[in-house]
Amino acid sequence: MNSVRSFFEAKRIIYETPTSIPRLVVYPTRELYLEAVRELKTVGFDFCSDICAVDYLKHPDRLLPKGVEPQRFEVVVNLVSTVTAERAKIRVQIPEGDPVVHSVFSVYPGVEAGEREIFDLMGIHFKGHPDLTRILMPHDWEGHPLRKDYALGRIPVQFSKMDDSK
Amino acid sequence: MTEITEINEVTQTSKANEVNVVDEVTEATLRLPEVSSLTPWDINAAKGSEVTTDETMIINMGPQHPSTHGVLRIMLELKGETVLRSKPIIGYLHTGMEKTGEELTYAQGSTNVTRMDYLSPLNNELVFSLATEALLGIELPERAVWIRMLMSELNRLSSHFMWMATNGMDLGSTSMMIYGFREREMILSFFAKTTGLRMNHNYIRPGGVAADLPDGWQEDVLAICDAIPPRLEEYDSMLSGQPIFWERTVGVGVITTQEAIALSVSGPILRATGKPWDLRRAIPYLFYDQVEFDVIVGKNGDAFDRYAVRLNEMRESVKIIRQIVDKMPLGDYRVDNKKVTPPPKIRIGESMEALIHHFKLFTEGFKVPPGEVYTAIESPRGELGCYMVSDGTSKPYRMHIRGPSFYNLSGLPTMLKGGFIADAVAVISSADPVLGEVDR
Repeated sequence: MNSVRSFFEAKRIIYETPTSIPRLVVYPTRELYLEAVRELKTVGFDFCSDICAVDYLKHPDRLLPKGVEPQRFEVVVNLVSTVTAERAKIRVQIPEGDPVVHSVFSVYPGVEAGEREIFDLMGIHFKGHPDLTRILMPHDWEGHPLRKDYALGRIPVQFSKMDDSK
Repeated sequence: MTEITEINEVTQTSKANEVNVVDEVTEATLRLPEVSSLTPWDINAAKGSEVTTDETMIINMGPQHPSTHGVLRIMLELKGETVLRSKPIIGYLHTGMEKTGEELTYAQGSTNVTRMDYLSPLNNELVFSLATEALLGIELPERAVWIRMLMSELNRLSSHFMWMATNGMDLGSTSMMIYGFREREMILSFFAKTTGLRMNHNYIRPGGVAADLPDGWQEDVLAICDAIPPRLEEYDSMLSGQPIFWERTVGVGVITTQEAIALSVSGPILRATGKPWDLRRAIPYLFYDQVEFDVIVGKNGDAFDRYAVRLNEMRESVKIIRQIVDKMPLGDYRVDNKKVTPPPKIRIGESMEALIHHFKLFTEGFKVPPGEVYTAIESPRGELGCYMVSDGTSKPYRMHIRGPSFYNLSGLPTMLKGGFIADAVAVISSADPVLGEVDR
């Protein structure tokens, strides 16, 4: 734990150590995200529990630790160590104009499906992902449904081979 | 003497037939041999034409294949009968439940999540409720927590029974299918008595559970606990030592601990590789730190070990349920907080305030303080997580479910690689995917 703290301090990565689970929340910039994840893996967080993204379109002024500049999108990675049963969370801010972030596929191969899901539903691109294609929606779907500006209940439903005359 | 000569004649004629069959095969027909000594390679289907250099073939398994447990489609690259690469293709059951979750209040949310993993609905409700309660910062009465534990363990049993049934069916053991459904029905009828429904219960809700356990629940639960272990012995003697079952599962679909952890594979698949990783033990939630149970691990990480892990987990669940029955305290089954729990129905007719609270809770819902939280529980399939973001309103700003089956499917190509296509059915079945949860 101490070694990872000194790493973050040397790299000027903002982190928090709350009293509740998880005991470590890291807020790296986009550029240092991959490095931070690699460092967390080397200190023992060997299992990537979950990766998901949030669209904070309606809350641009939300509460974040000092020094973290809020952006529209946030990718959240939940890690756990299967040895010490400790959890860690990474929250990385991604701007609206250029929604691109490094893929952590090289560190945790299990995120392959999770990153594809984020790309499909939230429209965030992962640099270095081996097969970044739609996973849940049809391949010819337009838009990213989990974004907050995506209209609900749009009619007609976009399915390929839909006959409009009916 | 005459008998022997007759036999000789018969063998001679059969040999003659073999030769004839080979001769009869013409260029165009590719058919299976009628005589057992022939292999498909003996038939030169490409005679006269050039032999193609492509040695692999890509075929689709599913999404309508009955042994893909729903609408899973797997692209398989085959060389002969050996699977080289494979890729699960999902999304056929995607109904946008995470988006729907953003439009439902916290009180309505458990109706939504219960439909994700339809074989363990109570676990889905549990993880959703735990996330909501973590954001609310409320503490539940002890009885509510014990009821939740009882229901989620019973649900683990019913889910594993369902798995035993479908796995038996996939491997050709029809009697196992019948037995599995019979035992599951016993638990489902208890669920129907308690929650009113066999599936999709909406029983565990933020703030506690929907209703107290019915009168005489101890007898019902203990009857289940008494009935199940002898039945498990029956399964054990029916399947564990059976040569056909061994042939189809031992050494099939092997995954190592390192591969499973790297691919975020959890639950019985990870434990079958020998890693004792169970969230009930590692990061206890509810009162799992107050009950005694063993974490079951396998050794080889093959389909047989996954079967053995699940079978023994059911024995442990029975053990846990007996302890819960002993320890169940008296008290409230939901938190006594007017802003979160609706008033008792009888109060609505006599109290104006109760009526207002009831109306507000079921129209507007209760407000949850801003924040974000990730909670995880051990569902029958592995780590079931819920990442929830609240912005202070009565609806979740973002509700994400980490489905164990979704990540377990990433391990499928590793498990299928190098095996026969006939074993693919056994491997998919042993991974126990529930497509409702994969696609959400």
